[in-house]
Amino acid sequence: MDHLPALVSEARDAIQAAHNVAALDEVRVRYLGKKGEMTALLKGLGKLSAEERPAAGERINRAKQTLAAEIDAKRQQLESDALNVRLAAERIDVTLPGRTQSDGGLHPVTRTLERIEGLFTRIGFDVAVGPEIEDDYHNFEALNIPAHHPARGMADTFYFDATRLLRTHTSPVQVRTMKTTEPPIRIVCPGRVYRSDSDLTHTPMFHQVEGLLVDEDISFADLKGTIEDFLQAFFERDDLSVRFRPSYFPFTEPSAEVDIQCVMCGGTGCRVCSHSGWIEIMGCGMVHPEVFRHSGIDAERFTGFAFGMGAERLAMLRYGVNDLRLFFENDLRFLRQFA
Amino acid sequence: MKFSEQWLREWISPQLDTQAVADQVTMAGLEVDAVEPVAASFSAVVVAEVLTKGQHPDADKLNVCTVDDGSGAPVQVVCGAPNVAVGQKVPFARVGGVLPGDFKIKKAKLRGVESQGMICSASELGLEEETSAGILELPDEARVGLDVRDFMNLNDMTIEVDLTPNRGDCLSIKGMAREVGVLNRMTVTEPDITPVPATIDETFAVDIEATDQCPRYLGRVISNVDVTAETPLWMVERLRRSGVRSIDPVVDITNYVMLELGQPMHAFDRDNLTGSMVIRMARPGESLTLLDGQQVALRPETLVIADQAGPLAMAGIMGGELSGVSEITRTIFLESAFFSPLAIAGQARSYGLHTDASHRFERGVDPLLTPQAVERATRLLLDICGGQAGPVVEASCDATMPAPRRVVLREARLEKALSKRLDKDDVADILKRLGFDVAVGDGDWQVDVPSWRFDVAIEEDLIEEIARIHGYNNLPVRRPAARLSLRAEDEAVLPLKLLRRQMVARGFQEAITYSFIAPELQSAMLPDAVSPVLANPISADMSVMRASLLPGLVRAMEHNLNRQQTRVRLFETGLVFNGELDSLSQVPMMGALVCGSRESEGWSGAKARVDFYDLKGDLESLLALGGNREAWRFEPGEHPALHPGQSAQVLFEGKPAGWIGTLHPQVRATLGLKVDAVVFEVRLDRLSQGQVPAFEPLSRFPEVRRDLAFTLADDRPVQALLDAARGAAGEYLKDITLFDVYAGKGVAEGYKSVALGLTWQHPSRTLNDEEINELVESIVAQVQVELGAELRG
Repeated sequence: MDHLPALVSEARDAIQAAHNVAALDEVRVRYLGKKGEMTALLKGLGKLSAEERPAAGERINRAKQTLAAEIDAKRQQLESDALNVRLAAERIDVTLPGRTQSDGGLHPVTRTLERIEGLFTRIGFDVAVGPEIEDDYHNFEALNIPAHHPARGMADTFYFDATRLLRTHTSPVQVRTMKTTEPPIRIVCPGRVYRSDSDLTHTPMFHQVEGLLVDEDISFADLKGTIEDFLQAFFERDDLSVRFRPSYFPFTEPSAEVDIQCVMCGGTGCRVCSHSGWIEIMGCGMVHPEVFRHSGIDAERFTGFAFGMGAERLAMLRYGVNDLRLFFENDLRFLRQFA
Repeated sequence: MKFSEQWLREWISPQLDTQAVADQVTMAGLEVDAVEPVAASFSAVVVAEVLTKGQHPDADKLNVCTVDDGSGAPVQVVCGAPNVAVGQKVPFARVGGVLPGDFKIKKAKLRGVESQGMICSASELGLEEETSAGILELPDEARVGLDVRDFMNLNDMTIEVDLTPNRGDCLSIKGMAREVGVLNRMTVTEPDITPVPATIDETFAVDIEATDQCPRYLGRVISNVDVTAETPLWMVERLRRSGVRSIDPVVDITNYVMLELGQPMHAFDRDNLTGSMVIRMARPGESLTLLDGQQVALRPETLVIADQAGPLAMAGIMGGELSGVSEITRTIFLESAFFSPLAIAGQARSYGLHTDASHRFERGVDPLLTPQAVERATRLLLDICGGQAGPVVEASCDATMPAPRRVVLREARLEKALSKRLDKDDVADILKRLGFDVAVGDGDWQVDVPSWRFDVAIEEDLIEEIARIHGYNNLPVRRPAARLSLRAEDEAVLPLKLLRRQMVARGFQEAITYSFIAPELQSAMLPDAVSPVLANPISADMSVMRASLLPGLVRAMEHNLNRQQTRVRLFETGLVFNGELDSLSQVPMMGALVCGSRESEGWSGAKARVDFYDLKGDLESLLALGGNREAWRFEPGEHPALHPGQSAQVLFEGKPAGWIGTLHPQVRATLGLKVDAVVFEVRLDRLSQGQVPAFEPLSRFPEVRRDLAFTLADDRPVQALLDAARGAAGEYLKDITLFDVYAGKGVAEGYKSVALGLTWQHPSRTLNDEEINELVESIVAQVQVELGAELRG
């Protein structure tokens, strides 16, 4: 019994000296195992007197527990050291870029069209599309623009022959929808349109979104509310000033041009708004009864409004693009900016 | 329509500054495009009289003059203008004055002679764009010492209004003044137009043959006119401020009356007229030399003013050269007519012409204006050119004159249209000031439309008039109310948005290329394509409608390759046009193009270039979106733009739906492309055709997998092997995977090894080895028979 302190001390040194979990295991077996030295001491208790035995047993057990705890602690330390070594070895440079980067993106015009469609479909409009090679009837006649009407000069038209042409607006889609659908009608018509005009501020092809709402009891006030809401939502500006200016389109009456407070300068005047503080953004009006007549809709019972806007123009204002022609050059350095 | 603010203010002058007037009419639908000073700023320029003129001692072209500028002593000034003369009144810039362009007038010595100021030309004062030939001569009545700006009323603005085609009635001071009067609820002061009594008997007979096209024609002979008289400065200035150049007094007066009242007029040289006037349609073979010198062959739908010798003028568009007024004209025949808008509409344009007259006539000129205009022009002519006026001759046809129109405006309709009840008196007042005759009915107004409003025919036209005068921005705002109704949506159809997003996720940039392309580009890639050709393209290289998206994508690729972009991945969606116009199809397609490295440049990637299988993988990722991948197949095929060994037709449910392949080396060479590109083009309607998922219970029993490798001749497509294996694998085959293709050592020349992994599973029991072995045997036998493929040991 007297050599218990020495044995404990010896075991402690062995524990501290163990450099890995396997060595530590050997130490544990040597001292605490079934045939270990501490176990042997317990077995020798029988040689002691009955009075001495409990106290001695307790001392040995306490020593045993102490050693066991120290071995556990050492084990945890060794394991954690080992893990740290492994983690250090496995360190990578997390600032390296990820593999197979994708740099795809939507064209800014599509992005704009999708946003506009989204705003309108969310309040119950459908998206309608139609052919781009149109006939004179759908592009002009049915929209109250008879032959030789001065308004035909408003849109320089690309013709294939006397009656076939590239649509100058997406309004033919409205005509086609009204001819085949009973009111209420709520549609937006996005798509390519064509006008033979090409300079700094015109491309011979561009995109429009037109909208049409036909129902009983639709008034000019509904048109104003819808357009105001749309423009404020599109530019995400609740306080965007919108004004309606009387204008003329053969297919609407009353007709209006819509101006917004310049989104570049906030209305104080800049190059973009020609120092007027206002930007002309879209045209709109109440559907002309003649258009209803062509489409077989009772103009006494139903009223409606229509509006149209250029997607490129909206995209330019929204994203600050300063050159219209960039939209159709498909330069990746341009396109990637809208991903 | 461009005019002087001062001129307008003679008719009506609200207590508003220029910008406020401009804003007011803009917000009433007459959009002001520009407001500009009529003259650039200059100062200390006064009226002076030339007192003496002598030759400069050292310069042939210079004169030394003295002028009286009202300051007391004569002032010496050197002047180079050829037209300077003693006794002349001239604009004189004093020392210390500033001319346009910040040109300061200082004391100077010109070739040794002192000059204290400058005698100015019109261009030096900014009144003419082109450099003037000489100094500006002022009228004799100009008072010496008076500021030229005051004398010429140059503190004035030019207002330019961009009128919509319906508002031809505003193409005059009279029309603009009427609008301003309505907006300010003020009365317009019209100039006094008293008929000028005839002092001679001379007339020239007029007959209208084409009464539909010309319901009214007035003429008047004025003899002994002095065409060499000067147009007075005030008139020259008003014309100039309206953008019209002074030509000679007769033309100036007709232009002046047109600008003032809106009636285009024409003056003929009476001595060049034969017999009598007839207004008729052109006859076959007739031609006319116009005022601008061009000779045109007249078409029978063109209205002409003719005499017994033939056409003299294109009615309402332009006069003829031979019958026009010249410097030797003594007697003129003045025309003021009403031509129906439909007779003129489109005619000028069809001859490539656009004149102030045609612009007005095709929009509608007030038919009641003709006599007023004749009287106004006669008065001005007599005042300026002298002469004696004959009686006014009129030919007209009441039956073809525009019929008076009465439109009923219902109170209830007006309120419903605008969501606002307007004051009834206000409504009547607005209409009356606009010139409508209004009778108040029971719940409505009976409105008679004035002769100048060609654009008002229905109730909505009146609603618009009231709305715009009331002010659009004073009308209420509300949101449309609608019943909430759900609509069915076809779940099997993939939205275009989703397909686009998938391409974006695969690293493609969306392109938008023109729908019309160069015919050479189209034929280089698609020699057999037939697509519509524009009759009036912007340019030859944008003249044919694309029969495919591929040419546009190739051009977009080139654009980027030329700008150091070596890795290009583009896609586009849009219509392609195939067939003649009468059998045209306009089909939406999705097209894509890749070139350059497989992966974007980076630290980890392989440097390999993209090939057919890369793009095919991208396309297959689209096909997988619909959940019906098995509806799609790829079959070797030949396409003129594609490499015959690296192209496949894409089939949907057995029917052609598109193509995928590497560009044909020949096409590449023809187009001068520096790199290889792989492209696909597939119908969008097929791509968006998916299917609604149908659940199959999960089997609790184990899967059995067997891997089989076959040697297959190179000319046999793997697809055939897969089909054959699938066909023989029984109904419990769950999956078939191609996990290796190998050629080389161990495989005979001309053959490849294809390894398939087949997985079976039974829904309700465990499959045993024997039955699997049987299936494997039948597969082996089948592919051997069908394709000569041998199982590898």
